[in-house]
Amino acid sequence: MQKLSSIYEFNALQQRLVADKDPNVPTIVIPAGTCGQASGANDLIRITKREILDKGLTDRVRLRVTGCHGFCEMEPSVLIKPDGIFYPNVNMDDMARIVNATAERRVLEDLLFEIPESKKRIEKQSDIPFYKSQNRSILSRNERVDPIRVFNYIESGGYSALIKVLFEGKPEWVVDEVKKSGLRGRGGAGFPTGLKWEFLAGQPNGNKKYLVCNADEGDPGAYMDRSVLEGNPHSIIEGMIIGAYATGATDGIFYVRNEYPLAIKHLIIALRQASDLGLLGDNILGTGLSFNIALVRGAGAFVCGEETALMRSIEGKMGEPRQRPPYPVQKGVNGMPTAINNVETWANVPLIISSGAEEYARIGTDGNSGTKIFSLVGKIRNTGLVEIPMGITIREIIEDIGGGPSDKKAVKAVQTGGPSGGCIPASMFDLTIDYDSLAKAGSIMGSGGMIVMDEGTCMVDVAKYFTAFLKDESCGKCFTCRKGTQRMHEILVDICDGKGKTSDIDLLEELALVVKDTTMCGLGQTASNPVLSTLRYFRDEYIEHIENLRCPAGVCKELITYSINEDCTGCLACLSMCPEKAITGEKKELHVIDAEKCIRCGACVSVCKYDAVDVR
Amino acid sequence: MITLNINGLDVSVEKGTTLLEASRFLGFPIPTLCRMEGLSPYGACRLCVVEIGEEPRKKLVSSCTYPADEGLKVRTASERILRARRVVLELLLASCPQSKVIQDLASAHQIRQQRFKQEHEDCILCGLCVRMCEEQMMAKAIGFQGRGEKRAIGTPFDIKSEVCRQCGGCIYVCPACQLRCTYTQPEKAICGGCANLTPPCIEKDRFHDMMCYMDPCVACEIKKD
Repeated sequence: MQKLSSIYEFNALQQRLVADKDPNVPTIVIPAGTCGQASGANDLIRITKREILDKGLTDRVRLRVTGCHGFCEMEPSVLIKPDGIFYPNVNMDDMARIVNATAERRVLEDLLFEIPESKKRIEKQSDIPFYKSQNRSILSRNERVDPIRVFNYIESGGYSALIKVLFEGKPEWVVDEVKKSGLRGRGGAGFPTGLKWEFLAGQPNGNKKYLVCNADEGDPGAYMDRSVLEGNPHSIIEGMIIGAYATGATDGIFYVRNEYPLAIKHLIIALRQASDLGLLGDNILGTGLSFNIALVRGAGAFVCGEETALMRSIEGKMGEPRQRPPYPVQKGVNGMPTAINNVETWANVPLIISSGAEEYARIGTDGNSGTKIFSLVGKIRNTGLVEIPMGITIREIIEDIGGGPSDKKAVKAVQTGGPSGGCIPASMFDLTIDYDSLAKAGSIMGSGGMIVMDEGTCMVDVAKYFTAFLKDESCGKCFTCRKGTQRMHEILVDICDGKGKTSDIDLLEELALVVKDTTMCGLGQTASNPVLSTLRYFRDEYIEHIENLRCPAGVCKELITYSINEDCTGCLACLSMCPEKAITGEKKELHVIDAEKCIRCGACVSVCKYDAVDVR
Repeated sequence: MITLNINGLDVSVEKGTTLLEASRFLGFPIPTLCRMEGLSPYGACRLCVVEIGEEPRKKLVSSCTYPADEGLKVRTASERILRARRVVLELLLASCPQSKVIQDLASAHQIRQQRFKQEHEDCILCGLCVRMCEEQMMAKAIGFQGRGEKRAIGTPFDIKSEVCRQCGGCIYVCPACQLRCTYTQPEKAICGGCANLTPPCIEKDRFHDMMCYMDPCVACEIKKD
């Protein structure tokens, strides 16, 4: 790779790359992020490669391996560009057919996406309901780019924002653009990014200044950042170089959790390519700007996503938060001024510069501009990553994009913001999604986890799960966070086991409020949200557990009994399935469950075709 | 000099002064557990919380670590603070009932009940010993390990430390195991708890004439329920 020494050389390279590309040759795009690979994308890639080589189709069809596109429910999937034909859940046996059909510009009707209710087939990806209601300004770039090929990124318009900044912008102009765009930190707290940059730029120059990309995404069930890191690492690097130009930062640091091996691999490759091209290092493109990015791997502590803990972790110390002030912008990594932004925030920066601040601010609502990626998981039909403009309602996400509940049971609540977030009941689904309204409802935007729960989810059990997570992941420095989460968990376990007392609810609430009040960092201050929000909206479930010793959702094992009702046809299916031999009965006769022997594992429920097992 | 307002009184302090120092300078009492003169503030026990700011952005911060800021409004004993402190003490008492320091603090704050399950942990992880070892004894023999529930204080790899000089500084500063270090002066010990490490006052049935300086005794209150 030849080092580029001027903006002119970069433009020449970009023009050459665009000219070399024949837009009429169809490209088979296979998403192979961690999720895609897990569901079999690697096999599809292997078959495609062999088919292209065996049949000599190299001139007529191309293959592009990319990061995740978002529709994880349908993976492994195949997308044909430029037509946008979408084949979901592709079988290994069908892949060769797809390759041949693509080379002949045919569409395979039988493999297309089918709407479950109407059995109607949809050809184009953009017409599928899951994609239709989204605004995929960040995720759609994953489709266009092979993450390990920098030329691919440059050819699709990458690093143009950087060139724009270097060529015509002054640092103050860049900060101003970001401020005007209204971009707020996508990590969860929603601090205005432009303001943070202005503070950093205002710190005295001379010594080092750091920019940090916080890629320590630890929320259970959230993987938006991973997809961007895996699918488009150069967009984040570009965002950081622009940030360095705007703020005068000299060093960048990627803090990535070690549980993301593919993301780390792609980042290492991308960083090397960017340095080889002269986009990182000293005197970038001959403009005098110098900026280096290092990669630091996190050791798996959830709390290291908190900025002060993250900085200590970078310094090689134990990941535990410290008092702010002094804020990182005054005293950060190694005591130098530091600005920390989330992966998604950095990925938004090139978009703002390319499209212009006003254009960007038009997406979303006033004070909450731009798009936000959510990972939609749980009891929903279309799980995956959804990118929506801020300000749409929760109902739109769940019903239009998510396609409603995955089971027959109705959706009861949605949990946003990971362990620090709260549960929002179905009655409030008309709430708009933005930082302020979610906070008002007792939850948080967080980094973008969105877990859908239906009638089969016990809210006390949910609170128990999250406090169990937090009591393990609290750093343990603040006494109230460490002991408070343990005690909350202890009380919740008691309630779920049927040993709860009526006074426990008040105690839980009092304790939760004190934990919220008296802890030092964001983890502790939001650790009570799962408890407080379930208490606020689902207090009747707590009371039901304590006073009537009943779990309405049929989840808490100590409080439920299994029985077989009149619908039983005597098929013997459950009988053979029961691991404890607790079910007795003859063929074509009503079966009976021995409550003494039953361990409430639920195997009989899952095997019964006649809904004959009642859980009460 | 920085001027701030504590409980309605203006006070000027030097830059770098913490809210705790400023408040104590004015004579406002703030209880602390993990703070000690000569050691860097850590902010672990959360007993020293004070309220800063104004509605709607009022918040509680630990006064031992929060630096004084120009124009800051501080309250040291609002209802919210007292309620928080009481719950913190209740939690402390539930995990570490044998500490005289905690008993005294609880008593001073009128803790009459303890609603959590009784535990008998020794360590409250205030970190005084770690800081003592590092900052005053220059040894760095002990440190924190693990996180969350598994957090503990120990030597690296839990083997005998080569840098530990067995100076006893860590025991000297410990608020939870204080009884153990008074064993050379038995007349000052309250109950000889060091001998068996069980809180004798909790097991009052077995010890009839227990000497106890607490008025009223927290443990006895629990026993009555």
